[in-house]
Amino acid sequence: MSAVIENHHDDHHHGPAKGITRWLYTTNHKDIGTLYLWFSFAMFLIGGAMAMVIRAELFSPGMQIVEPEFYNQMITLHGLIMIFGGVMPAFVGLANWLVPMMIGAPDMALPRMNNLSFWILPFAFFILLSSLFMEGGAPNFGWTFYAPLSTTYAPPSVTFFIFSVHIMGASSIMGSINVVVTIMNMRAPGVGLMKMPLFVWSWLITAYLLIAVMPVLAGAVTMMLMDIHFGTSFFNAAGGGDPVLFQHIFWFFGHPEVYIMILPAFGIVSHIIETFSRKPLFGYASMVWAMLSIAILSFVVWAHHMFTVGMPLAAEIFFMWATMLIAVPTGVKVFNWVATMFRGSITFETPMLFACAFVVLFTIGGLSGLMLAIVPADFQYHDTYFVVAHFHYVLVPGAIFSIMAAVYFWIPKWSGNMYDERLGKLHFWLSFIGVNVTFFPQHFIGLAGMPRRYPDYALQFADWNMVSSVGAFLFGFSQLLFLFIVVKTVMGGKKATDQVWEGAKGLEWTVASPAPYHTFSTPPKVD
Amino acid sequence: MNKEAKKTLTRLVVAVPLMFAFGFALVPLYNVFCEVTGINGKIFQSEHNDKFISEEGRPIALQFISTNNENMPWVFKPSEQVMEIQTGKYHSATFYVKNTTNKKMTAQAVPSVAPSNAAEHLKKLECFCFEQQELMPGEEAILPIRLLVSNELPKNIKNIILSYTIFDITDYNDEALAHHQMDME
Repeated sequence: MSAVIENHHDDHHHGPAKGITRWLYTTNHKDIGTLYLWFSFAMFLIGGAMAMVIRAELFSPGMQIVEPEFYNQMITLHGLIMIFGGVMPAFVGLANWLVPMMIGAPDMALPRMNNLSFWILPFAFFILLSSLFMEGGAPNFGWTFYAPLSTTYAPPSVTFFIFSVHIMGASSIMGSINVVVTIMNMRAPGVGLMKMPLFVWSWLITAYLLIAVMPVLAGAVTMMLMDIHFGTSFFNAAGGGDPVLFQHIFWFFGHPEVYIMILPAFGIVSHIIETFSRKPLFGYASMVWAMLSIAILSFVVWAHHMFTVGMPLAAEIFFMWATMLIAVPTGVKVFNWVATMFRGSITFETPMLFACAFVVLFTIGGLSGLMLAIVPADFQYHDTYFVVAHFHYVLVPGAIFSIMAAVYFWIPKWSGNMYDERLGKLHFWLSFIGVNVTFFPQHFIGLAGMPRRYPDYALQFADWNMVSSVGAFLFGFSQLLFLFIVVKTVMGGKKATDQVWEGAKGLEWTVASPAPYHTFSTPPKVD
Repeated sequence: MNKEAKKTLTRLVVAVPLMFAFGFALVPLYNVFCEVTGINGKIFQSEHNDKFISEEGRPIALQFISTNNENMPWVFKPSEQVMEIQTGKYHSATFYVKNTTNKKMTAQAVPSVAPSNAAEHLKKLECFCFEQQELMPGEEAILPIRLLVSNELPKNIKNIILSYTIFDITDYNDEALAHHQMDME
């Protein structure tokens, strides 16, 4: 996230260009990583502002602040922006910054495509957000955009939504191709596949998942486009189509997408835990195999999102068991993290705090996921706040905590400055408390039967909703502190050493802090 | 970029359109899957086979439900709400339909069977859902179905619901209709 990588290294004959063109034309993986990270931060704040609108409306029963139609637009855009604009670009940004440095490569394999894959993203989100000001309003059918809500009954702006999803997909696909080609072909001599840092492994697997499923999503929205404008009937029962088919195609993309948003987090957390435990990671090979099996299983569990559509019993049982099987490799990972910490000489700097919270809270989210996998129980939980609590537990203290942990962990390397440890810890505790106060009560109101996606609710849910909203405001406004800390660190602060952390191992810690504009122009020696 | 990298790149670039095509391939795959397993109540075919006929049937109740899709103004209802039938025997039933508007309209009925595991045992010899209905303004019609529930119907099922939703397809272009006709054959 550093904007101040200066050209004071004499051993490199050229540094970044000056002015805005540096960012527009850059093919440097560090610049592009920075762009991705700032972009995702902006989207995180916009999506977060929408979450604040949602929680303000739900603060007490009855219609308070916004119209129901606008509320629907808020929940839709909140989901889309956080997933496609927040979490995914943040991980791509981290991959850009870290993958070449971790494998000893001078840059990404396809630097110009790298520039393109970033610079189309702002346009995608400009198109998506501009739909808020269009006649009929923004998309209002939920982030899952089930047909026929998103076809027959959609606002006219749905066409803009479709094109923005196309652009986001193109960006992700190009980014993933770049990551795979880089990792497969540009490792320094001696960096074998089973010697790669886990973050690199996690991104290699994630990139393959993205290449496999983003085109399917593009196909789904293309079918919608054809149904809406060209008279086809993919999802229209009147013309021989089937709306349930939409759900199958969507979740064929959607479930691998869930792991796309968590695998890089696994990689990040593994690095942080081993560093601050001052021990090598326990079970490296099993970590790799666990990620691979999670990725493969992700293709055969999609229908657990749609148990209530009226599937045959045999299919429900298959998807239930396949889903539960995923708990095994995930359990291996959690076990390995805990075993890494066991008898380590642990210190709790901010990245480690976030990583520990990740392990605990992600596991809570995983457990509620197992509850949802049980077919008969799912009929009770389906489309309630229990589901909302579940996926926010795996995404907020899961994916997003890991991104924050990564920023605190690597920002000294990016900017050359240490962040303010006291403020970092304050940010952690505010976020930790905020996230739990927001989402834990949603388990209760979900089990009690409060459905998701409504702007109003029955009176018996009032107390916990108020608690949840208070937590959400705490969590939301704490992120402004995060913004402040990042800006403060980039502007200045205590100089970081090259190794930065006492227990840090890996090629990225062998280069200077801040990382020079060009690193590993000649491949490093790796034993 | 070296040769190996180019090879990786080519493979990945080919994989993208293949996966895009796979998304579309899921459509026929889904329909074939539903047809083979008989789930989803998608019975578009006329099935006639003497082996389903049997004298050792048991009585079950067959209920009819009719639904108008949104904005479909026709009157559409079963002549009888419930029929007591024997499994292993052909039975006939009728639906009444009337175009209440002052323009010529075309309709298509889409069937669905509940419970879903009864669908594969419900054999239709004749059904108005196999074709489209075109009615003049104010015209009415009696639509026939002829069906049999095979003896293999699971013992715990004593009651089958056959539901039809009628859609207004007047404005669909010919291509879509032709495609649909093909599906039904």
